[in-house]
Amino acid sequence: MTADNKQKKKQVAKAYEKYTKQFTPKPKYFTNSLKAFLIGGLICAVSLWIENRFIAAGSDEKDAAVYVVIILVMTAQLLTGIGWFDTIGKYAGAGVIVPITGFANSMVAPAIEYKKEGIVLGVGAKLFSLAGPVLVSGITLSMIIGIVYWVIGK
Amino acid sequence: MKQRKQTIYFRNRPYILSGFSIAGKKEGNGPMSSWFDRVIEDDTYGESTWEKSESKMLKTAMTEAVRKSGRSNDEIGAMLSGDLLNQLMSSSFMARDMHIPFLGMYGACSTMTESLMLGSVLVDGGYSDNVIIGASSHYCTAERQFRMPLEHGNQRPPSAQWTATAAGAMLIAQKSDSDDTECSMIDADGDIHQLRKVRVESGTIGKIIDAGVKDSNQMGSAMAPAAIDTILNHLEDTGRSMDYYDIVLTGDLGYTGKQIVIDLLEDAGIDRNTISNVYNDCGAMIYKPEQDTHSGGSGCGCSASVFAGYVYKQMMTGNIRRALIISTGALLSTISPFQGESIPGIAHAISLESE
Amino acid sequence: MEYIYAFITGGVICVIGQLLMDATKLTAPRVLVILVVSGALLQAFQLYEPLVEFASTGARVPLPGFGYNLAKGAMEGASKGILDAVTGGVKAAAGGISVAIGWGYIIALIFNPKSVR
Repeated sequence: MTADNKQKKKQVAKAYEKYTKQFTPKPKYFTNSLKAFLIGGLICAVSLWIENRFIAAGSDEKDAAVYVVIILVMTAQLLTGIGWFDTIGKYAGAGVIVPITGFANSMVAPAIEYKKEGIVLGVGAKLFSLAGPVLVSGITLSMIIGIVYWVIGK
Repeated sequence: MKQRKQTIYFRNRPYILSGFSIAGKKEGNGPMSSWFDRVIEDDTYGESTWEKSESKMLKTAMTEAVRKSGRSNDEIGAMLSGDLLNQLMSSSFMARDMHIPFLGMYGACSTMTESLMLGSVLVDGGYSDNVIIGASSHYCTAERQFRMPLEHGNQRPPSAQWTATAAGAMLIAQKSDSDDTECSMIDADGDIHQLRKVRVESGTIGKIIDAGVKDSNQMGSAMAPAAIDTILNHLEDTGRSMDYYDIVLTGDLGYTGKQIVIDLLEDAGIDRNTISNVYNDCGAMIYKPEQDTHSGGSGCGCSASVFAGYVYKQMMTGNIRRALIISTGALLSTISPFQGESIPGIAHAISLESE
Repeated sequence: MEYIYAFITGGVICVIGQLLMDATKLTAPRVLVILVVSGALLQAFQLYEPLVEFASTGARVPLPGFGYNLAKGAMEGASKGILDAVTGGVKAAAGGISVAIGWGYIIALIFNPKSVR
C-alpha cells in the first residue's frame, strides 16, 4: 500500500514536472557556454602569459605556477571584496567559477556575508562553508591516491 | 458533495482601517512604485545588519499603519506578523519594543493572508477590537538563508525568482469611525474621491499541496497547484464564479507560476477572457521585465506590499469593489532540499469588499 | 601557439562546468567538487598529465587542475615513503590554499557585503 502510494506520488511528480516544462524558461545553453568558453579561455591564456614572465625573470617552472595561482586567488578575492565578482560571474558563469578564481570567490563570499556573526564563528567558519567540500574531497582523495601508490610501489 | 467547507465567513465583516506598504530601492523602480507608501533609498535602511533592516521596515509599516488608523498602541489587542527568517527573527525583534500582544505567524510567503485571516477571526469573534497584521521579506536576508551568499559569482537560473525587499501592514477593526480618519482623497488627476470602507468578507484556508517539485529555483511551479486548489475551493464553497471578483490576485507565483495557473484555470472550465480580465499575480506585477529578476518577485513582502499598497488603495477609491487575494507560500526549510524533500505549497484566500 | 592551446583547453573545461550547471540541477559548489574529484581521479590513472603537457595553464588553472595538483603531489610523495604519500597532496597545493585562506580572511574582515542591484 505505502509502496504503491510512493510509486503514485512519483508518477504525479513526474507528470507535473513534464507539464510545467512548457512554461519554464530554459537557460540559454549556447550563449552561456560561449561566454564561459571565451572568458575561461582568456583567464587561462593570461595565466600562461604571467607564468612566462615569471620564468623569464628567473624563477623555476614549479614556483612560477604557484605564483600564478596566488595572483589569481588574490585578484578574485579582492574583486569579491569590492563587490564586482558577482556581477562578472553573472555574465561569465562557469568562465570564472571553474578556474581557481571561482574557488577563491566561494571562500570569501560567505565569509563577508557572515561578518556580523563575529570573526571566529562568522568569518572564520564561513570561509569554508562552500569551499570546504572542495578541500575535503580533494585532500581526502589525494591521501587515498598517495597511500595506494605507496602500497603498489612497495 | 464534499463534507467539509474550507471557507469561513465573517459575520461582522471587520473593517480594514488602514494599510501601509514600504519597499526597497529595486521595488521602488518597478511598476508598483507609486502605490507604495514609502520607498527606501538604501536597502540597509541605515542599519548595520540586513536582519535589522528588514525588522525596521516591518516596524515602520506597523507603526505607520497604527498611526494612520488613528488608534494608539494601547488600543491594539494583538499583533500578528511573520517573515521568512529562522525563528521569525524580523517579526519577533520588531515586536520587542512595540508593547502590543504578539503572535508570530509562519506561512512562508503566504504569511500576509494567513495573518489577515486569523486577525479577522480575532476581530470578528469579538476577542479584540483592533488587530494589526503584517509581513516582511528582504532580498539580502532571504538569499543568504535559503540560497547563495550575495557576493558569490553564481548565475541564477531563468526560473529563479527575486525575493522582494518589502513589508506591508494592515489594521483590522471591529468598528469604523470615519470621523477621525480622512474621508476623501484627491487623486493625481485632481478628482476628489469619497473614500470607501474596505471590509473582510470571507476567507478560504488552503491545504498543503505538494506536486513533487524539488528544485528550489522553481517556486512558481511548486506553489501553483496550491493556489489553484484554494481558488477553486473558494469558488465552489461560495458558489461564486470567477467574474464575481474585480480582481483575483495570487501572491508570488512569478511569470512561470502565473502561466501555469492561467492554464490550469482554463482546464477547470473558466473562460479565457474572464481569466485575463481579473487574474494577476503580485510577483509578476512588482518588477518590470527588464529589471532582470528572471521569473518575477517572491517573498512575504511581495504580496504584503502589493495588497497593503495597490489593492487596498484601489479599493478605497472604488476602482476595485471585490477582490480575492491569495498569498502563496513554499514551505520548504533550509535543510529539506538537502534531504531530497519536495516543496510543499500552500495558499490562503481572503475576499475583500469595499462599500 | 601555446597560448591558443591554453585558451582552448581552459575554455572547453569551463564549458563542461557551464553545461553541468545549466543542464542539471547541480549547484556551483557541487560542480566544483565534481571537477576537483575528476581531475584527481584522472591523474591517479595518469591521464591528466598529458593534458597539462599539451595545454599548460589551460589545464592547471581550472579546478580539475587543482585536483591534479593534489593527486600528483601525493603520487610523487608515495615514492619517498608513507608519510610523504599522505602529506604530498597538500604540500603541492599549499601555496594556493594558504593564500586563499589568509588573504580571504583579511579581505572578509576589510569589506562589507553589498546589496545586489
